[in-house]
Amino acid sequence: MATIDETKAAEGSGDTPKYKVIGTRPIRHDGADKVTGRALYGADIKVKGMIYGAILRSPHAHANIKSIDTSKAKALPGVRAVITSADLPEPGDKIAELGEGSVVLNHLSSNNLARTKVLYKGHSIAAVAADNIHIAQEAANLIEVEYEVLPPVLNVLKAMSDEAPVLNPDVRTEEVATGEKGDEPTNIAKRFLFEKGDIEKGFAEAKYVVEREFNTSTVHQGYIEPHVATALWNNDGQITVWTSTQGTFSVRQQVAELLDVPLARVKVVPAEIGGGFGGKISVYLAPVAATLSRIAGAPVQVVMDRTDVLQATGPTPGSHIKIKMGVDADGHITAADAWMAYEAGAYPGSPIGAGAMCVFSCYDVPNGRVEGYDVCVNKPRTNAYRAPGATNAAFATETVVEELCEKLGMAPVDFRLLNASKEGTRRVDGVTYPRIGLVETLEAIKESDHFKSPLEAQHRGRGIASGFWFNAGLKSAVTATVNSDGSVSLLEGSTDIGGSRTAIAMQFAETLGIAAEDIKPAVVDTDSVGYTDVTGGSRVTYATGWAAYEAGKDLQRQIVARAADLWEVDSDQVSYEDGYVLGPDKKVSFKEIAVELSAVGEPLVGRGVSNHNEPGGAFGTHVVDVEVDPDTGKVDILRYTAAQDCGTAIHPAYVEGQIQGGAVQGIGWGLNEEYWYDEDGSMRNANFLDYRIPTCYDLPMIDTIIVEVPNPGHPFGVRGVGEVPIVPPPAALAAAIYDAVGVRMDELPMSPPRVLHELLKKQKES
Amino acid sequence: MPRLFIPPLLRSYCGGKEEMIVEGATVLEAVQSLDNEYPGVMERLCPEGKLRAGTSVTVDQNVTPRGLSQKVSSESEIHFLPAIGGG
Repeated sequence: MATIDETKAAEGSGDTPKYKVIGTRPIRHDGADKVTGRALYGADIKVKGMIYGAILRSPHAHANIKSIDTSKAKALPGVRAVITSADLPEPGDKIAELGEGSVVLNHLSSNNLARTKVLYKGHSIAAVAADNIHIAQEAANLIEVEYEVLPPVLNVLKAMSDEAPVLNPDVRTEEVATGEKGDEPTNIAKRFLFEKGDIEKGFAEAKYVVEREFNTSTVHQGYIEPHVATALWNNDGQITVWTSTQGTFSVRQQVAELLDVPLARVKVVPAEIGGGFGGKISVYLAPVAATLSRIAGAPVQVVMDRTDVLQATGPTPGSHIKIKMGVDADGHITAADAWMAYEAGAYPGSPIGAGAMCVFSCYDVPNGRVEGYDVCVNKPRTNAYRAPGATNAAFATETVVEELCEKLGMAPVDFRLLNASKEGTRRVDGVTYPRIGLVETLEAIKESDHFKSPLEAQHRGRGIASGFWFNAGLKSAVTATVNSDGSVSLLEGSTDIGGSRTAIAMQFAETLGIAAEDIKPAVVDTDSVGYTDVTGGSRVTYATGWAAYEAGKDLQRQIVARAADLWEVDSDQVSYEDGYVLGPDKKVSFKEIAVELSAVGEPLVGRGVSNHNEPGGAFGTHVVDVEVDPDTGKVDILRYTAAQDCGTAIHPAYVEGQIQGGAVQGIGWGLNEEYWYDEDGSMRNANFLDYRIPTCYDLPMIDTIIVEVPNPGHPFGVRGVGEVPIVPPPAALAAAIYDAVGVRMDELPMSPPRVLHELLKKQKES
Repeated sequence: MPRLFIPPLLRSYCGGKEEMIVEGATVLEAVQSLDNEYPGVMERLCPEGKLRAGTSVTVDQNVTPRGLSQKVSSESEIHFLPAIGGG
């Protein structure tokens, strides 16, 4: 494990780069396969004898299932299996820890195949496997389900009322930390509370107080590749799952738990992933495909279509947030109070906890209170989406901050600098920050060409906003085998989203002092590498990179010992420095020693694991210029710049890509994305034609500023990058819209009809 | 001795205190120390000596994967927070 001294020893001096590999831009190892179409994604997997699965989904948003008759489906020629939840083991009240949070298995199982109730339109009820997809789909439509239709509840505040229909009779309100539960079934699954200082005293000391309410809509991650799972349940009980997922070991555990089999009986083989952003962690298809396979006696592939993905996977939640903040005459925050309710969807598990912890994270708040609720509604169960919970919270807080700045007559960037969280700042949840880089991102924006440039013409405005997320550490494992020519095969279990394969290889290369191009990284199945937690929480470059560093160190130790043996000297006379083995009167490169050692001894295999949780947290600050069409309410983005502290940019192009991608998704969240439901609880825009996400025609180049405040909790100073960039955009856009046309938006998305509504209201009031 | 920050929803069981200096070499021992002062807190915070699902322990700024078995120093700060997952 690296010490701080080792990290400091890596400091460059003058113009000398600190690192040889880190900070460069090698071509990604998977690039050729990706750009030529040779990369294999989930649906590209073809297994001998494979048959095809189809899912019957609920047409109702809320209903009791009175009966399911599958006889007609089973009778259709070509049908090989038909299953319902009755074919899945009853999980009871067991809760499983999945590395990144826990899950109530009964809820997860019921989400895969509904048991007694359907809780959203698109909820899966039964599944069919047949010789081809057309027969499977036809058979699914022959399944007869008798429903008792119930009224849906679609709004978080309405779901919290005593009169609301209750979705889950087993859900009681749990007070987090005490574990106390209410006596009655309810849609309010969890309550959180954080308090710091004296909130009443803080507001009493304030000169200006602003209190506002905000609403955000359900939005989807928008990954290009739909969910897919192919499963083979052998007669010997071995189960193989081929799937596109953010976490093969998590899939293994979920499948094992839901099917009640030992972990060692399940092997998960990763395909390439066509996006995930948090939406490909839960299983939706794998247990179903495996069960179909067991009955049919053949491998089964189940693929969602786009409507299925939007209706029946895990979007990120809509929310209702109340923010009250007070400042003194000098602009210092004296108090901040937040009340937050996030939609969990059909089953408990929204990111309310993270949202509650993030809501004031960018500010030094002496007196604070945050109350949060996890609330079930008749929508698909929510899942993570970059910086879960933080974007909703930032939109609310940053918008109140803007209004306080106006009252103070203070420039927003200066207010943020004055009140910014720094090392040692205590969050409202009680934890103090280690070394962090928020101030540096604010200063970077303040000094940027964009921020300094004039913005002229009518109906144009500029806004800034900041965001934070924690990032995660958790567990990773890596195995590195040195080949006889000195190249290295690097095996890891972290799904590659955004180039992490290369970023991990680079950290390994830096450790050994060799070229990144001499390493072949591979993401392998769950039987071929040690346990690795999901690709999520911006943890892979940090954690799997650390494991690679440890594997490199392990190889160094082995090489030194074996070189000493080969040269017949004491091991303390041999050292490894910058890719060379140094001994008495000897200096041999890594490649040369690899050739020698492979000829005379056992293979060189390095092993690295990490289980560190000092990810440091990350901050970003964005600035955006917009032009608002006063006749339509359409917001056009003229210029966008994002500054983010990434600790150390292992591969700057990937950092830039993550920042750009996150910003674009945040812009979509801010300006036009939302799940649109009718009164019956049907999503009316369950396709990409109607669920509008930004394209390159809608946006300028997202300019990035990489700020590097090394994380002292990592040997190379890495902080995760992917979570934060989605957080500032909605708030920055709201500020820019106000600057342009004088209306404050308190609801997302700030779509043309909503902006126009506010414009007309303002016009009428004037 | 380490400082244990009492979750707000638990403070009413601990005389309204926000934090308390406790004894112990691990998080579990620290909670036991708090329970000695305010009986019943242990069962609410970590029933049967186990961390509740969906709860994490932070020691000295970092969420610890070791949970209640995490060693603490005399200068340590202990917090119980919601477990979170990333995207």
